[in-house]
Amino acid sequence: MLGRLLSKQETLVGITLLGLCLLIGAINPVFWTPGNWFDLARSATVMGIFAIGVLIVLISGGIDVSFTAIAVFSMYSTTVLLRNLNYQGGMWLFFLISALIGLGLGLINAFFIARFRLPTLIVTLGTQSMFRGFLLFVIGSRIIRDIPPGMAEYSRAFLFTVTDERGVTVGLHSAVLWLVAIAVLAFVILRYTMLGRSIYALGGSREAAERVGFNVTLTQVFIYAFVGVLAGIAGMIYGGLNRQANAQDIVGQELDVIAATVLGGASIMGGRGSVIGTLLGVMLVVVMSNSLVLMGIPATWQRVVIGAIIIIGTAVPVLRTLRQQRRAVRVETEGESLAPAGGRA
Amino acid sequence: MQQPFLSLTNISKAYGGVKALEDVSLTVYPGEIHCLVGENGSGKSTLIKIIAGVVQPDSGRIVINGKERQSLRPMDAIAEGIEVIYQDFSLFPNLSVAENIALSHELAQRKRWVNWREVRAIATEAMRKVNVSLDLDALVGDVPVADKQLVAICRALVQNARLIIMDEATTALTEREIRALFDVINNVKRGGVAVLFVSHKLDEVLAIADKALIIRNGRVVVDADARELDRSKMTYYMTGRDIEESMFEWRGDPEAPPLLEVRHLTSRGNFSDVSFELRSGEILGITGLLGSGRTELALALFGVQPADSGEIRIAGKPVSIRSIQDAIANGIGYVPEDRLTEGLFLERSIANNLVARTLDNLRSKGPLLDADRVKTQITEWVRRLSIKTPNPELPAKSLSGGNQQRVVLAKWLASKPRVLILNGPTVGVDVGSKSELHEIIKRLAGEGLGVIIISDDIPELMQTCNRILLMRRGRIVEQFERKDLTEADLTHHLVAV
Repeated sequence: MLGRLLSKQETLVGITLLGLCLLIGAINPVFWTPGNWFDLARSATVMGIFAIGVLIVLISGGIDVSFTAIAVFSMYSTTVLLRNLNYQGGMWLFFLISALIGLGLGLINAFFIARFRLPTLIVTLGTQSMFRGFLLFVIGSRIIRDIPPGMAEYSRAFLFTVTDERGVTVGLHSAVLWLVAIAVLAFVILRYTMLGRSIYALGGSREAAERVGFNVTLTQVFIYAFVGVLAGIAGMIYGGLNRQANAQDIVGQELDVIAATVLGGASIMGGRGSVIGTLLGVMLVVVMSNSLVLMGIPATWQRVVIGAIIIIGTAVPVLRTLRQQRRAVRVETEGESLAPAGGRA
Repeated sequence: MQQPFLSLTNISKAYGGVKALEDVSLTVYPGEIHCLVGENGSGKSTLIKIIAGVVQPDSGRIVINGKERQSLRPMDAIAEGIEVIYQDFSLFPNLSVAENIALSHELAQRKRWVNWREVRAIATEAMRKVNVSLDLDALVGDVPVADKQLVAICRALVQNARLIIMDEATTALTEREIRALFDVINNVKRGGVAVLFVSHKLDEVLAIADKALIIRNGRVVVDADARELDRSKMTYYMTGRDIEESMFEWRGDPEAPPLLEVRHLTSRGNFSDVSFELRSGEILGITGLLGSGRTELALALFGVQPADSGEIRIAGKPVSIRSIQDAIANGIGYVPEDRLTEGLFLERSIANNLVARTLDNLRSKGPLLDADRVKTQITEWVRRLSIKTPNPELPAKSLSGGNQQRVVLAKWLASKPRVLILNGPTVGVDVGSKSELHEIIKRLAGEGLGVIIISDDIPELMQTCNRILLMRRGRIVEQFERKDLTEADLTHHLVAV
């Protein structure tokens, strides 16, 4: 049991994360201040929601690179719409509209992928470009800073605040609740519903999933629609936290998100991955970028370090599988005389 | 007499004018093991598909459990308890053994939520029925093929199967695993479940079947009690001709220096202190159970997993084989066990496959290929190995197993190797093609090639080899001259522990 636990990518990422925190904390005590942790939570929220969407797509054996375009499209259009309507109410309507727009765009992905069985990478590369181009040319491209009041207030919607010894007040933003709720939802769907198991089954073997009687088309529609909704929500949170709507934002982050998800144990080949692992992967990437700042390493180096971590993080499981295979051959060879034919019966 | 579970009467099916099945009748009783035997292309798969409801027959009657079925759809067949275990098992490698067993049952009950305790209970119950025990939490992708097979059987039983159809179930199994599988099948049979066992391995059919249905070119040739059949009769019925294979006699000079000498070759954890020699024109068999180190030895000779210590000499000269390139440079060729993934470019044309190994020799002066020589080589090898294809430009996957194996052979022969290692040369190949492949191998040896055949197919070794080495736990434990040996002796030595 312990061996199985230790051989999991989740455990490995968790230990690495813990080690990294201890190391950075030792170098720079600022790391352990509430202010820094609230900052980390804030950075992890948007990336975490994206990553859970990516996780579900990866498990099903697909890949989605359009979610950033969906996010920025939904967020920017929602802001433009409600601003033009001179909407004075609360943030909930922003979330609702943005999620609906995300759902619509996700369904476009689902249509091409499920109906025509096109490769998911090609479809989402295409839609990413389409959504973004449509946004910039039809809806607008300028940065909106005079956002509606509901959205502006949301940037200060803290769960609670702490004032440190220097008199600076810092708060934990309520957006983190979105991440928690979505993570729990995704966990329950993936682990305890037949829909979730059909996502794993689809990623394991599409043909077998069809033969066993899963409605694969429906599963795929759910996946891409769900990712669209998550992207809409995450995009809105991003806009709220930054107190502006910038049509040039977000797109470009998709590889970091996919990398964090893979780092957390999701297989790029499909069929494997967990919510816990994904959250750990996201935290690792977030802590890494944050700590480089704290350690005074120039921002340009961050890309190099993150790239290196991604390569190492994905290479470790591969190496481990190779070693296990070699060991399996050995056991079979040596077990030859020890386990006679009756051993199984 | 009890009522038959399934009875097919005068079933016919044609695909675009080509008759796949003609007037085929089959009756299966509960608790009966019925073998369906035939060469590739004889109509076996069409018959399975008709029973599974995937294909509709053009004419004929289907009666299941006393009810006549006008049109049988896959869901009807499943509802009646007909379960097909396909060659690839249709399992989920990324899911646990327990979930693989229980999943289709949960789906059939239209469940929305997963109760993991129930999943385990269902799986445990299914394993108890066939009297096996597997690790419920292991991922199916990590368990050996034989266990995957068992998972597939358990899954079928969970669905309350009344008839389990097993399509070429033993292709990837070793002798010992096959015997374990037969025990399981007998357990299933005792539970009143009928089994339709599709195979072209005659020994298996004779070992397990109560009844055998032999079809050839879409027609039933024999439907008989298995006790009335023996191997030569079955071969005759399957192929329509008597296949008398002659034994191979080596006529080389025993005093001549060996072509290949292996001295104290060791690969830690795989095999140790292996020494043997191979003379020009010899066919040397290496046998042993799976895990005996036979495949690892071949991989070491071919540089895939180089040995740790020991010496390899070719024509008297010591050579170092650390990579596949080294092996090829020294004239060693290797035809892998799994030709589908390791030996062929399935999607590419037969012609491309044939020249893939020798492109460098087919260049004109510059870097480009000499089209005429490419064409000559393709025509030559299609003819020499009698590869049966209307057009070499068709993809390699359009060929039958036996012909695919010829393409792999030809690809290597074109590079004129001195030593050719064949790992399981006729796995998944039907009887007729098998004997033709054996003749080709013998002819090549007659031309001076040194051949090593790695196999646990004992009749095959007896017919093709002049010497046989037996490996056990990574060592060569015995060496036989074929002429001093009978099949029974060799079987006895192979399985003796």
